[in-house]
Amino acid sequence: MAEADSSSEELYDETNWVLYKYRVDWKDVTPVPQDDGPYPIVAIVYSEKFQDIYDYFRAVLKSSEKSERALQLTKDALDLNPANYTVWQYRREILKHLNKDLIPELQYVKEMIEDNPKNYQVWHHRRIIVEWLQDPAYELSLTETILSQDSKNYHAWQHRQWIIRTFKLFQNELQYVNQLLDEDVRNNSAWNQRYFVINNTTGFKPDVVQQELMFTLDKIKTVSNNESAWNYLRGVLLHHDGGISQDQNVRQVCEELYSSGNRSPFLLAFLVDMCEENMERDDGDKEESLRRALQLCDVLANEYDTIRREYWNYMARSLAQRMDCPEREATGSTKTD
Amino acid sequence: MATLMKDIILSSSHPKELLLQKHADFISSYGVNKDEYEYCMTEYLRMSGVYWGLTAMELIGNLERINKQEILEFIKLCQDDAGGIGASVGHDPHLLYTLSAVQILSMYDALDIVNVDRLVQYVKSLQQPDGSFCGDKWGEVDTRFSFCAVACLSLLGKLEEIDVEKAVEFVVSCMNFDGGFGSRPGSESHAGLIYCCLGMLSITGHLHYVDADLLGWWLCERQLPSGGLNGRPEKLPDVCYSWWVLASLRILGRLHWIRRESLVTFVLACQDPETGGFSDRPGDLPDPFHTIFGLAALSLLGEPAIKPVNPTYCMPQHVVDRLGLRPQKLTL
Ligand SMILES: [Zn+2]
Repeated sequence: MAEADSSSEELYDETNWVLYKYRVDWKDVTPVPQDDGPYPIVAIVYSEKFQDIYDYFRAVLKSSEKSERALQLTKDALDLNPANYTVWQYRREILKHLNKDLIPELQYVKEMIEDNPKNYQVWHHRRIIVEWLQDPAYELSLTETILSQDSKNYHAWQHRQWIIRTFKLFQNELQYVNQLLDEDVRNNSAWNQRYFVINNTTGFKPDVVQQELMFTLDKIKTVSNNESAWNYLRGVLLHHDGGISQDQNVRQVCEELYSSGNRSPFLLAFLVDMCEENMERDDGDKEESLRRALQLCDVLANEYDTIRREYWNYMARSLAQRMDCPEREATGSTKTD
Repeated sequence: MATLMKDIILSSSHPKELLLQKHADFISSYGVNKDEYEYCMTEYLRMSGVYWGLTAMELIGNLERINKQEILEFIKLCQDDAGGIGASVGHDPHLLYTLSAVQILSMYDALDIVNVDRLVQYVKSLQQPDGSFCGDKWGEVDTRFSFCAVACLSLLGKLEEIDVEKAVEFVVSCMNFDGGFGSRPGSESHAGLIYCCLGMLSITGHLHYVDADLLGWWLCERQLPSGGLNGRPEKLPDVCYSWWVLASLRILGRLHWIRRESLVTFVLACQDPETGGFSDRPGDLPDPFHTIFGLAALSLLGEPAIKPVNPTYCMPQHVVDRLGLRPQKLTL
């Protein structure tokens, strides 16, 4: 692996770097200079090394040279600019053409991902190599490495979901999610992954719904001002026959938190939604539900979530309106301009 | 357990006034005086860079400072035989840059300088059986590309060339339990991708699929005590999200759900008082990307010195009007 992976960066270290134009093994190639785009009227003085490498890259692109040395050249070009998607595409064409062993390529792209974890091209290259190999063996650990440095890296999560779905690797994923939530209970990406796993495995059957409610309520009891957990709770309750207001455990935990003096905007917002649902039920006390919802919207707007005052005022208005004319289902949200 | 919210503290030393002329200078000198390193490092997105710069200049009434002819020549050179447009001369075509090019040409009313039929065929060729779009021939699928495809074709008046119903079906399949959208089915909700999905549904007239109250609430939850907006829960505020969140809220008819004055303060604080331009957060280095989104956000917030911007296309409203386009918007 090491041999195939040595870039010319290692052969020529920074101080001994030899420009392509002085290399004997590149004597046969005529470099192609940059055709400047708009803005710069005068030719730009690139750094000499950058210009040299890209002049030679343009030359091999032009002549469609797909050789070992061209592969090496793409590596040098990508070291200088890993976001250049044209170089990545050409690198793949060379890999295909030379029928290269792809395991060293996996190692190479892993290093590139570690150095550039938020770059689209490196992750996409990884995915294509894995597709070619049809081997997901290294992917879970790679994404775990990246997520251990940035637990919300979107690319890493996307790659991980693709791997898990494509190669059916759901088995230990909830365990991993739990571990991440133990580290940071506000990690929205982890909550999203939890939904993804359940949705694609057991589905939200009644017993799973109960299990997830208990799990989430437990987390909310420890840290109540946590948008992600409350959103997940709503997500689970989408699959509950009783909607968001009829589950005994959910009601109990919410009322206990409220009685204990908790005024997290997410708790209050959830109570508003419970009231709203109760207003629509035939067996509920409509007047009382409305009264409480309006009172909650009022303290949210004026005390606990003032930055979103307009939203809470809107909620209050639309709830009151609905009480007046209950046949109006939604509150104008479907009007089109 | 940390209960501190991730946010920044605004200091009184950050700009409070809109530095319009400085921004015009910043954009027009970008790439001329810029140190060469940065210019070549951004070659892979040059076409989008030009779109950001031109849109910014037009919004602040300085478009004539840009050499139009030179840009039209450049775009012509960037069209590939297959019809797609690359980021720069000799770069492979990609939907992102194809859209940027079409946006620039629409602004200049010069769509005829490229081969439109081939361009349409290129966009069409990237649609997948499930309705989604790849960004290029290497097949990365993302809801961003669904937006690029329909935005591009609608500007050309060729929306009927693709399977719109299928395209909508894919975008809707990326809707999450919190009302938001991600890049693919199951991916986490993200303000940038919500913007792309809402934009796509707005152009195709399918906003009825969205739970506007639920998503509107999620979007206004992005506002932090500093006034700035983040793109996902527990992330730092950033000027580019001012645009994506605000444009989304405007499409949903719920822009007033965020606190306007504090967001204006945050965006103004992200200006560089010396060089001009906006950065992601106060005190960071400015760039054209955050500059256009900072200006466009201020336009949506009603700043009179900036021309009105269309929330769906992120283009001057008068251009969208001239093309006779009326992307769907909801009202309360
Ligand atoms: Zn940003």
